[in-house]
Amino acid sequence: MLDLIWLLPTFPLLGFLILVLSSGQLSKKVVALVGAGSIGLSFLVAALIAVEFLNSGAEFYSMTAWTWMSVGQFTPGFTFYLDGLSLVMMLIITGVGFLIHLYSTGFMIDDPSYSRFFSYMNLFVASMLMLVLADNLVLLYLGWEGVGLCSYLLIGFWYDNPANGAAARKAFVVTRVGDTSMALGLFLLFAQLGTLNIQDLMGAAEANWTSGSGVAVAAALLLLGGAVGKSAQLPLQTWLPDAMAGPTPISALIHAATMVTAGVYLIARTHILFELAPTVQLLVAWIGLATLLMAGFTAMTQHDIKRILAYSTISQIGYMFLGLGVGAWSASVFHLMTHAFFKALLFLGAGTVILSLHHEHDIFKMGGKRKQLPVAFYSFLIGSLALAAFPFTSGFFSKDEILLGALALEGPGTWLWLGGVVGAFFTGIYSFRLVFVVFFGESQAHHDDKEVAGWNMAGPLFILMVLSLLGGFIHIPVESVFNHGEAHEEHHVSGLIHGIMIAVPLLGILVAYLFYGGRQLSADKLMANPLAAALHKFWFSHWGMDALYNTLFVRPFVYLAKLNRLDIIDQCYGLVVTLSRAGHGLLAKLQNGMLGWYAASLIFGLVLLMTLGVLL
Amino acid sequence: MSPIPFEHGLIVAGILFCLGIVGVLTRRNIVFVLMSLEVMLNACGLAFIVGAARWGNADGQVMFLMILTLAAAEVAVGLGLIIQIYRRFHTVDINVLSQMKG
Repeated sequence: MLDLIWLLPTFPLLGFLILVLSSGQLSKKVVALVGAGSIGLSFLVAALIAVEFLNSGAEFYSMTAWTWMSVGQFTPGFTFYLDGLSLVMMLIITGVGFLIHLYSTGFMIDDPSYSRFFSYMNLFVASMLMLVLADNLVLLYLGWEGVGLCSYLLIGFWYDNPANGAAARKAFVVTRVGDTSMALGLFLLFAQLGTLNIQDLMGAAEANWTSGSGVAVAAALLLLGGAVGKSAQLPLQTWLPDAMAGPTPISALIHAATMVTAGVYLIARTHILFELAPTVQLLVAWIGLATLLMAGFTAMTQHDIKRILAYSTISQIGYMFLGLGVGAWSASVFHLMTHAFFKALLFLGAGTVILSLHHEHDIFKMGGKRKQLPVAFYSFLIGSLALAAFPFTSGFFSKDEILLGALALEGPGTWLWLGGVVGAFFTGIYSFRLVFVVFFGESQAHHDDKEVAGWNMAGPLFILMVLSLLGGFIHIPVESVFNHGEAHEEHHVSGLIHGIMIAVPLLGILVAYLFYGGRQLSADKLMANPLAAALHKFWFSHWGMDALYNTLFVRPFVYLAKLNRLDIIDQCYGLVVTLSRAGHGLLAKLQNGMLGWYAASLIFGLVLLMTLGVLL
Repeated sequence: MSPIPFEHGLIVAGILFCLGIVGVLTRRNIVFVLMSLEVMLNACGLAFIVGAARWGNADGQVMFLMILTLAAAEVAVGLGLIIQIYRRFHTVDINVLSQMKG
C-alpha cells in the first residue's frame, strides 16, 4: 500500500494534463469530475497510506520512483519521503484541497474559463504534494517553484483586468526574491556538505558543524529568506494582500491553507539546521512576532473582506514562525493544520458572501446578512471563533501550544509570549469586527440577494466547520520527527497564565462588540481624533510598506529601466548589424546586371592574379 | 621560305586576344559581344597551333579541334538565346538587359 505513494502527485498531474490537452472542449460536468475527482482520488490514497503508515509504527518510509538526473555523486531522484510531518501536510493538502475543489465546482460554474481554472488548481496540488513529499531539496525546490507558478497563474486568472495581472506579477517577483535566496542556500549546502538529500544533509550538518558556526548561520539565513518570501513574512509580506485579486477558492487553497505555509514546512523540515544556528532561530521568532503584530494592526483597519482575511493569514503564519523560532516545532505544525481548516472555512465563507452579493467586497456595504446568508454566517462565526482562539475550538489549542512554547524559552521568551498575547487580542478584534459588521446591524445594501449555496458549496463548508471546531482534538504524529530537539518535560505554568490566554481573545471580541455589535463605542468618534485618524491611515496602508518598497525598489528600477530604454549593451550588437548592412550595400552595388562590368572585373581579377604570379 | 618565327605567331594570337577583350568590354550589341568572344577563342586556338608547330607535338592540334567544337556549340546555344532575348525584350543592348542586378 505504502508503495502507492507515487500516485499522490500523479492523479492531480494527470487531471492537469487531461484538462490542458482537452483545451476547454470538455463539458463543465466532465471538467468538474476530472478536476475535483483527481484530488478526491489523491485524498483516498493519502488516507489509506496514512492508516497503514500509522499502524506500521515505522518512523519513515521512502520510495524512489526514478532517478531524476545523475551527475557524479549528485543523484537527486523522484524520491518520496513519508514521515509524520509530510503525512500531516499531505493529508491537509489533499483533504482541504479536495473540499476547496468541490466548492470551486459550484463557485466557478459561471466562469467561461472553468476548465483552465481546474487545470491550474490540479497542477498546484501536484506541485504542492511534490514539495512536501520530496526527500531531497532539489525535488522540493521543483515543487516550490511549481506552486509559485500556479500562484502567479491563478492570481492573474481574470487577466483581462490589468490590476489582476499587476498583482500576479508582484506576487511572482516578490516571492522570487525569497526563492533566489533559497536557491543560494541550496548551493551553499551542496558545496559544503556534498548532498541535498534532506535526511543525509541534516545528519551531515549535525556531524560537521558546531552550533552557531558561520556557515550554519549563513545556510539557515538563506533558507529563511526563501521561507519568508513564500510565507509572506516580514520583509516580503507585501504580495499576499494583493494576491486576493484571484478567485476566492484560490485564496482559500493557495493563499491561506497550503502554499503560504510552505515556508513553515521548510523550516520545520530543516529544523536541525536552524537548531545549529540559534541566532537565526531566534530571528525567526522575532520575524514572526513583528509580522503578526503588524498584520494584526492592519487587519483591524481594512474594509475589503478578503484583505482582512489576507492580513489575518499573514498574522497567523506569524504565529507559526514564532512557534518555529522558539523551538515549538510540533505546535507550529499543529497550528498550520488548524489554520488550514479555519482559514479555508473563512475564505470559502467569504466566497459565498461575495458570490451571493454580486462581487461586493466592502464589508461596510453589507450589514445584517445573518438571516440572508445563513451558511456563510455560521461559517464565519465558527471560523472566527477558531481564528480568535475561543476556548476549545481548534485555534485555541494550537495557539495555546505556541504561546506556551514561547513562554518556556529562556531570555526573550516572556517578551515573545507577551507579543503573541497582544496579537491574540487584535485577532479577536479584527475577526469579530468582520462578523459584526457583515452579519449584524442594519442591512446597508444588497437587501434582496439570495445566498448561493448548492450542496457542493455548502457541503465543504459544513465539513470545515466541524474540523474547525473539533480539529484541536486531532493528534498529529510528529513526535518522531521533532523528538530530537524538543524538550519533553511538561511546562508547568500557573493558572494565571492560562487565564490570561483565555481571557485576552475574549476581551478582543468584547471590544469588537462594543464598537461594531452593540455600538456603545463609535469608531467614527475615535476617527475624529487626528492622531487616531493618522494612525488609521498608516495602518490601513500596512505601515506604508508598499509605499516604502515603491520608493526604495520599484521607482529606482523603473527609472534605471527608462534610462536604459535603448539598452546600452544592445548598442554594441547594433554596431555589428550596421557594419554588415554597410558591407551588404557595398557588395550589392557590384551586382549591377551589366554584362560588360562583369567581364571587366573578371579580366581585372585575372590580370591581377597573373601579375602576382609573375612577380612572386 | 623560312618558317614563320614562333614569337610572331604568339604576338598575333596576343593581339587577337586583346582585340577580342576590347570587343567584349566595349560592344553594347550582344551579337558583337558573342563575335568578340569567338575572336578570343580563335586567338587561343592559334596559340595552341603555334605551340604544336614549335615543339612538333600533336596535342596542340587536338586542343584546337576541341576549341573549334566548343565554339560551334557555344555559338549555337548563344545565338539561340539571343534570338529569344530579342523576341522577349526587342533589344540586344546588353546595358539595357540588366535586370539581374542587386
